[in-house]
Amino acid sequence: MKFLIALHINPAVLDALTDAEKEALGAGHGQFIEALQASGELIVTQALADPSQAAVVSVRDGQPVVSDGPFLEAKEYLGGFYLIDCENKERAIELAARIPDAAIPGLGVEVRQVMFAAGPLEA
Amino acid sequence: MTAAVPEDLLRELTPQVLGALVRRHGRFEGCEDAVQEAVLAAAVQWPDSGVPDNPRGWLLTVASRRLIDEIRSDHARRERESATAFEDAALEVAAGEAPGTDDTLVLLFLCCHPALTPASQTALTLRAVGGLTTAEIARAFLVPEPTMAARISRAKQRIRGAGSSFSLPVGAEREDRLRVVLHVLYLIFNEGYTASSGSELDRVDLAREAIRLARMVHAQLPADGEVTGLLALMLLTHARRAARATAGGDLVPLDEQDRARWDRRLIDEGTGLAKASLASPALGPYQLQAGIAATHADAASAEETDWRQVHALYLILERIAPNPMVSLNRAIALAEIEGPRAGLALLSTLDGDERMAGHHRLLSVRAHLLEKTGDPAGAYELYRSAAKATASLAEQRYLGSRASRVRPG
Repeated sequence: MKFLIALHINPAVLDALTDAEKEALGAGHGQFIEALQASGELIVTQALADPSQAAVVSVRDGQPVVSDGPFLEAKEYLGGFYLIDCENKERAIELAARIPDAAIPGLGVEVRQVMFAAGPLEA
Repeated sequence: MTAAVPEDLLRELTPQVLGALVRRHGRFEGCEDAVQEAVLAAAVQWPDSGVPDNPRGWLLTVASRRLIDEIRSDHARRERESATAFEDAALEVAAGEAPGTDDTLVLLFLCCHPALTPASQTALTLRAVGGLTTAEIARAFLVPEPTMAARISRAKQRIRGAGSSFSLPVGAEREDRLRVVLHVLYLIFNEGYTASSGSELDRVDLAREAIRLARMVHAQLPADGEVTGLLALMLLTHARRAARATAGGDLVPLDEQDRARWDRRLIDEGTGLAKASLASPALGPYQLQAGIAATHADAASAEETDWRQVHALYLILERIAPNPMVSLNRAIALAEIEGPRAGLALLSTLDGDERMAGHHRLLSVRAHLLEKTGDPAGAYELYRSAAKATASLAEQRYLGSRASRVRPG
C-alpha cells in the first residue's frame, strides 16, 4: 500500500528550535531515509521550497492568471513529503512516528493513503 | 538473424537452474544473483545466437561462472586456493547435473520464508521462482527499481540470517509453510487486479504469472486440495476479467456482468478443478471460495444463481476460517434467499467488529440492501460514506454513481 506522509511545518516553531535541536532534526530525517531505503519502502522524498516562493495559477476567461502563493492562508504549510510503499496503514503510522517532526509540538505529520486505479476482487 | 526465444522458456528454467545451484552450494543469496545475471545474458544473446541445444545447461554454466567470479572477488585476498577448488566443483555441477530435477517447491518455500513480510515474499518469489527481473517486478508494483532492489536484497539477507536449509520442511511445519506459499500466490494474483491499469503495456500481467506459478505447484502436489482449490479460484476469477470493467475502466459488479464475455475455457478448467478439490477429505478456504466461484460460473444469469449453495458454502467457510469479510459475503447470499432485511440483520452482527469499523465493503453492502428495502435516503448516505472510505478510484466512481442513482429529490 502506498502512503504519502505530509510534513506540515510551522516556521515559528522551527525558528524557536536551538541549533542543536535543528541539527538533531536534520540527522533524524537522514537516518529515517537510510532505514527506508534499506528496507525497500521508500519511493521518493522531497523537501519543498518556502511557500513565499509559491505561484498560484488559475485560468480565467481562457487566460492564465498567476498570483503569489501560498494558496492556503495558514500558519502551517506543506514543507515536504515522503511517498512510501509499505505493508498496511499500521506500518505507515509506525514509520510516521519515527519522523523527528512527530516529537515536536506544532509540527504536523499526516499519513494519507494513495488511491489505486483498478478495483479489488469482486465477491 | 534473430531467432525467436520461446515465451516463458527462460522463466520456466529459472527455478530449475537456481535450485540446482543452491542444492550444490548453499549460498542462496549469491546463487540467486548469479542466475539472474545468466538469465539476463540469455535474454540478450539467444535472440541473435539462437536457443542453445541444452538451454538449461547453458544457463547453469553461465550462472556457475558468475558465482565463481563472485566467490573469487570475495576470497581474492584471503583464500585464493579454495576459490580454485570451488571453481572445479561449480563447473562439475554445471556439466553433470541431471536435468529434470525440480526444486521449484523448495525454492518457493524458501522465498516465502516466515521471517519475511508478505511484500518481500511476493517480490522474491517473482524473481527467484518466476524469473522476472527486478525492473519488471518494480514496474508491476508501480515502485522505482531501487525500491524493489532494496526490498529483494533485504529479503535475501533475512533468509540467510534465518539460517534456512535448502530442503522441504516436514510434518506440521510443511503444512504451515505451504499455506504461506499459497497466500503469497494469492496476493500476487490480487495485485494483478488492484494495481493501476494506466500503463499496462510494459507491465507484467501478475494475475497470469500467479496462475503460472500455481500451476507449477499443482503439478508438484496434485493431491493437495487447497493447491487445487487456489488454482481453480484463480482460473474462475480470471475468467471474468473481460466483463468486470467497462471500456472506460468503470467497475461492473458481478450481477451486471455480461456473462457471454466470461472465458468459457477457463471456467471449464476451473470448475473441473474446483469439483475435484471439493472431493478431498479436509476442506480449506481456497477450495470453498473456488466452489463459490464455480457456483456463480454455473449460472447463465445472476437471477439463476444457486444462492442456497453459495450461502451453504459461505457458512462452512465461516466455520473453518471465521472472518468478518466472509460473514459479509454470506449476508449478500442470505439477502438473495430470505430478503434484504435478513441480510441487514446479519450485517448488524458485524458492527462491533473493529476490523470492519468504517470499512467500505460493510458500508456499500448495507447501502445496497437498504436500497432494496426501499430506503433510498439511508442508502444514499451509506453509498457516499463508502465512496469516501475506499482507496480504489474505480470503486469510488462506482459507489458515487450508485449514490447519484438513489439521491433523494
